[in-house]
Amino acid sequence: MSKLTIARAINAGLRRALESDSKVVIMGEDIGKLGGVFRVTEGLQKDFGEDRVIDTPLAESGIVGTAIGMALRGYRPIVEIQFDGFVYPAFDQIVCQVAKMRARSLGKVRLPMVIRIPVGGGIGAVEHHSESNEAYFAHTAGLRVVACSNPEDAYWMIQQAIACDDPVIFYEPKRRYHEKGELDLLADAAPRALFEATIARPGEHVTLAAYGPMVKVCLDAATAAAEEGKSVEVIDLRSLSPLDMDVLATSVEKTGRLVVAHEAPTFLGMGAEIAASVSEKCFYHLESPVIRVGGYNIPYPPSRLEEEFLPDLDRVLDGVDRALAY
Amino acid sequence: MSDNEVAVTKDAAAAVDAAALAALHAPVPETIADGGPELVQLLTPEGERLDHPEYSAYIDDLTDDDLRGFYRDQVLIRRVDAEATALQRQGELGIWASLLGQEAAQIGSGRALRPQDYAFPTYREHGVAWVRGVDPLNLLGLFRGVNHGGWDPNENNFHLYTIVIGAQTLHATGYAMGIQHDHAVGTGDPERDAAVIAYFGDGATAQGDVNESFVYAASSNAPVVFFCQNNQWAISQPVERQSRIPIYQRARGFGFPGVRVDGNDVLAVYAVTKAALNAARSGQGPTLIEAYTYRMGAHTTSDDPTKYRISAEVEVWKLRDPIARLKAYLTASGKADPAFFEDVEGEADVLAVRVREGCLAMADPAAVSMFDHIYVEEHPLIEAERAGFAAYSASFEGGH
Repeated sequence: MSKLTIARAINAGLRRALESDSKVVIMGEDIGKLGGVFRVTEGLQKDFGEDRVIDTPLAESGIVGTAIGMALRGYRPIVEIQFDGFVYPAFDQIVCQVAKMRARSLGKVRLPMVIRIPVGGGIGAVEHHSESNEAYFAHTAGLRVVACSNPEDAYWMIQQAIACDDPVIFYEPKRRYHEKGELDLLADAAPRALFEATIARPGEHVTLAAYGPMVKVCLDAATAAAEEGKSVEVIDLRSLSPLDMDVLATSVEKTGRLVVAHEAPTFLGMGAEIAASVSEKCFYHLESPVIRVGGYNIPYPPSRLEEEFLPDLDRVLDGVDRALAY
Repeated sequence: MSDNEVAVTKDAAAAVDAAALAALHAPVPETIADGGPELVQLLTPEGERLDHPEYSAYIDDLTDDDLRGFYRDQVLIRRVDAEATALQRQGELGIWASLLGQEAAQIGSGRALRPQDYAFPTYREHGVAWVRGVDPLNLLGLFRGVNHGGWDPNENNFHLYTIVIGAQTLHATGYAMGIQHDHAVGTGDPERDAAVIAYFGDGATAQGDVNESFVYAASSNAPVVFFCQNNQWAISQPVERQSRIPIYQRARGFGFPGVRVDGNDVLAVYAVTKAALNAARSGQGPTLIEAYTYRMGAHTTSDDPTKYRISAEVEVWKLRDPIARLKAYLTASGKADPAFFEDVEGEADVLAVRVREGCLAMADPAAVSMFDHIYVEEHPLIEAERAGFAAYSASFEGGH
């Protein structure tokens, strides 16, 4: 077993993918000598060369658009978007081109590409560096969207995303990049499938679903709730498209209550879809409405206010209490 | 002409084509040491005044006061920059983007603007902000994280900083199109005719938005000056990653003139920018200026340039310092005496203290203010969330 940070775990996963498949290439801004602004690709260009770890010009639409071309030619490009807020210049390429190529070609074309995006707030950054834009992409048919929350998942999920024949948006929880966890780098296979949710902590009274950077907040909230005698089951969704409704529904049918937490604004966020789907699937099991805990419906605020914006342990507990009040 | 002659001519043409092609495909030199033969320079790094057949005329009307003012501007903004870097190191700012080394490019171009002109900056144009009259403390708010800029762009005709690379070049072009629609171009009235200046860096030249702004400006003949500070580095990527030809030469392909100026020579920058702004105001359309300069520091305080560039390069550029060369010129020409330089240093010290104290005094905004200014008109969801937030916050008062 090794103890790695999320950033190093992704690095290790990328390395393994580069080693095992000569068609895997990485493209992005400052990913070579610098190793990316978060050092996730550190050392990869040195070991695999400039042809496989490609420093691109400074143009996100260009990165994604040319990655599409590389994929059409048989490569498996991994694109690094430097910050969540910088993906928008590539929005057209992702939504109109990446997502639809398969359907437009009536299944003749596949685009096995991964678009890595460091996501979310909590790092004291200036504007455009703390966005949670997962709902845009999860809303787009043709894209798969996943979000890792811990080093073990980071290591395996990046490899599984690269191996996937569909395009995958891969969210990395940037404020957790340096948090450590145990994993087995030499294991032959991933512990679970890419698009499965997991029960991160079992519980009885209320289900608390989250993904990416909010999973840790929810686990901490569950620990705090336990001290007050409330048993919270925490689900790490891991995949946002597709959503693993089986794990969610099974849990909600047991607890009768669901709280969904994310950093993104609640209005039309992932929580809205989850609430609607769970209401349809588990209507007779629900003891309370599905509660959403998320960011407010405002532009991400200046960093001095981000602690007020981001759902913290208290806000999550407040959501749990509201669900239990019914 | 015999068949043979035709063949020979064809061969010769082919040889010329091959040579031209080979030249086009020649590897780009790692660094272009001196900016090349077309660099407009009026002041050498040693502080010697040069004449230029086209641009000397544009500094003829500068008084000694103006020249000393260029010096003062540069020293003061460099001091603000150093203070901001220190404040970031001490945890008072979240991040800072230093302009160190680019003072002449910013002061020279900014001083060429008229009050009715409009500037669209990146996030590094502290020197332009300074000459437009934006208080340095206003700049610090964004970097401290108490706001996203927040100054009134129309107060000084200086737009908010734009962080998304290159986006502002389209805004600048559109603003210039508005000036055209207002018939504020080519009237000959120096108080009325206006132009726009769009700042961006060498990295931004790769962005679609920047190239589209060139197309739009050319298509509409908009009164906009594209001012590219080529500081040689886009975070870790050298300018050669973005362009195989000198950036100013790209303008030709879009159908307007381009000029490369020594960005560390405040006189040349002033002259070239003034000429381009004059052309824009008089209805002759856009110009691309490439100010050839160097980012002496890191991309931002979050960056570590030792990972990707050699210190010898920085040493070369230290010898081209924009402030030192102007000081040498002012001294040698007798336009400034030691007392003047001492006064400016003293003024810089005072300004640094004001910036530091002002930064430390900058309070965090009230949390509920994050719901302000999202829309012009009332929005029910915002109002509901504002009320919910206030009630939630109040639930903690009196002990939790």
